Amino acid sequence: MAQKKVIALTGNQAAAEAMRQINFDIAAVYPISPQTELMGFFAEYVANGEVDTEMIAVDGEHSAMAACIGAAAAGARVITASAGPGIAYMVENLYVASGMRLPIVLLDVNRALSAPLSIHCDHADSMLTRDSSWISLFSENAQEAYHNIIMATKISEKALFPIIVNYDGYIVSHSIEDVEILDDETVRNFVGPSDIHRIPYPLLDIKKPVTYGATAQPDYYTECKYQQHVDFLKVYDIVREVFDEFAEIADVKYDFIEEYKTDDAEYIGISMGSSFGTLKDVVDILREQGKKVGAIKIRLFRPFPVKEVAEALSKAKGVAVLDRADSFDGIGGPLFKDISTAVMMSQNRPFIHNFIYGLGGREVKEEDFLKAFDRLERLEKGIETRDRFVEYLQVRE
Amino acid sequence: MEFVKLETKLPPKEYRSDLEPTWCPGCGDFGVVTALTKAFSEEQFDPTALSVVSGIGCSSRLPLWMNAFGLHTAHGRALPAAVGIRLAKPEIPTFVTAGDGDIFSIGMEHFPHAARKNFNITLVVMDNRMYALTKNQTSPTSRRGYKGSLNPYGNIEEPMNVITFAIASGATFVAQSYSGNPKHLAETIKAASEHKGFSFVNVLSPCPTFNKIDTFKYYKGRTIDINKELGHDPSDMKKALELASHALDADNPELQDAEPFKGKVPIGIFLKVEKETFEDKVAKLKEQFMAPNGEPNWDEILEKYRP
Ligand SMILES: Cc1ncc(C[n+]2csc(CCOP(=O)(O)OP(=O)(O)O)c2C)c(N)n1
Ligand code: SF4
Ligand SMILES: [Mg+2]
Repeated sequence: MAQKKVIALTGNQAAAEAMRQINFDIAAVYPISPQTELMGFFAEYVANGEVDTEMIAVDGEHSAMAACIGAAAAGARVITASAGPGIAYMVENLYVASGMRLPIVLLDVNRALSAPLSIHCDHADSMLTRDSSWISLFSENAQEAYHNIIMATKISEKALFPIIVNYDGYIVSHSIEDVEILDDETVRNFVGPSDIHRIPYPLLDIKKPVTYGATAQPDYYTECKYQQHVDFLKVYDIVREVFDEFAEIADVKYDFIEEYKTDDAEYIGISMGSSFGTLKDVVDILREQGKKVGAIKIRLFRPFPVKEVAEALSKAKGVAVLDRADSFDGIGGPLFKDISTAVMMSQNRPFIHNFIYGLGGREVKEEDFLKAFDRLERLEKGIETRDRFVEYLQVRE
Repeated sequence: MEFVKLETKLPPKEYRSDLEPTWCPGCGDFGVVTALTKAFSEEQFDPTALSVVSGIGCSSRLPLWMNAFGLHTAHGRALPAAVGIRLAKPEIPTFVTAGDGDIFSIGMEHFPHAARKNFNITLVVMDNRMYALTKNQTSPTSRRGYKGSLNPYGNIEEPMNVITFAIASGATFVAQSYSGNPKHLAETIKAASEHKGFSFVNVLSPCPTFNKIDTFKYYKGRTIDINKELGHDPSDMKKALELASHALDADNPELQDAEPFKGKVPIGIFLKVEKETFEDKVAKLKEQFMAPNGEPNWDEILEKYRP
């Protein structure tokens, strides 16, 4: 039986603890706030010999992902972490990694993108990765970040797709909370040993030399992408399997989405990451006023749990999608489009409206989400009208 | 192409913005601001026709403190952004002010190309031998053994010799100066801005907050002026390379008595050679295909394709 202990840790410390326990073979790193501190903690473990990890400080995030690709192709268990502009700079290689079907873990300590320069949280960085065929998990707090990293390692290796674990910069990465930590042996048994035959054609299997990433002409490129497409659909089952296995060691049963008081809810708010705590508080406030409201958190962002969301919204009258990033495309934020797709599949198509919030670290208060629910209800009842699907909460015009 | 200039001199302070630098007290980079404003004043640059471009880092905040067109770009991308400005407005002097990390780590690929193409850009690197903004990690110029937050037991890598690198890349003006020597720094930056072509000044610029080794105290009395004290002639490329190859000798305890610097850190102009700039070559090419009225010479161009 797993031993557990509760310690007060920041999100970055909890993530470093998961990295220590998993004992990755290789970690590539280039510093960027708010990730730097995480790699600093991990560097201590490396320097003190508490892990077997080879850590390499490279010259930029493009190179960090390149190093991960090389190491993963050779059969190593690898991790890197970044944020905001660092994720942006990695993007070319993210597609290379997933196209090569390499298991790699990337921690995205979510940060806004330039310009203007901001080191604070929003989800614009992660949205750059949403079409890259990386599996993507969002974490609400340090506890979830810790759990997600452990599960991610296994999911990625089973699915043969790289995986991103997101947690909000500063809000999660630098805030201290109680985190329940599993014992090292339990974690190591859960992820299993690392050896090069975890992947089908390791680069350094000298008996079976292979080449990764060769050219595909128009006569084969489509087939390669189709295979990737079909296999990415299998990720749903793999994630569920790993969530189930994890429940046995951690006593928490995770799902693709988390529902809060949605059973009889007429109006539902949806968010990702740390703001979900505030959203639940707002649901409680409104419930006390007799309003039937609920909340949904997206944990598995890619592949998107479209069926589960459709099911969860099947009885609602109105849905407020809370996006921590804008798409600037006249439609709405990235999450809004995903939820709209789910609503299309829902028997009953609830009214849906989009709010952009929390950009560049803007603090999220209960009153903001109260405003969103209020506007949603008025729109849905026809008391107010809209000329756009998307509106900014919290803005000085 | 000549730069836009004022008819009269403005005092150096006119080149400062009204923002107070957010740098730590005692940061070496303050010296660079002073030297730049002095050079701008002496060169009679027009603040409304002057650009200062940076990447990301403590040092890269410099354009914010200046009264000029400032462009705070992505980490590592100051040089290509400056190249864009050069091509669009060759009459506007363009300075790049950034850190050792920005220029020699993440943005490294741009240096040799901007240098060998000989864009008329003045690049001032504030070299504190580490990444300061992200709170102390080793950079490509960090000395061996330097302790940063990602290598608590010290750097196992060798620092790069940026002076040799710049010469080998084809930079036409290569110098090193020190922010603790305001006179030398101002003169060097002025000479760099007067140079037509790619000029690079590596400024030893201590970070008292994090780097406890490469400090003002360390450099005090430890610099040697290669031009004044050793009589180096910057038009001598061979000698420049030979001297440059010893630029990091001072780091090495075993080379404290070795020639040519005897444990000192060299400052001064290593190389200054004249070559046609990229911008001038572009202008010539354009001229070649322009009729006297300034329009493209269509007949001449189309003649090539006529059967
Ligand atoms: C793409 C990207 N990666 C990483 C960072 C984080 N970052 C900001 S400044 C910096 C290093 C700066 O070092 P240097 O250029 O030497 O400037 P200094 O702060 O030492 O003056 C890093 C790694 C970033 N802003 N963008
Ligand atoms: S941290 Fe160092 S480089 Fe940055 S402003 Fe302070 S003294 Fe200057
Ligand atoms: Mg630096």
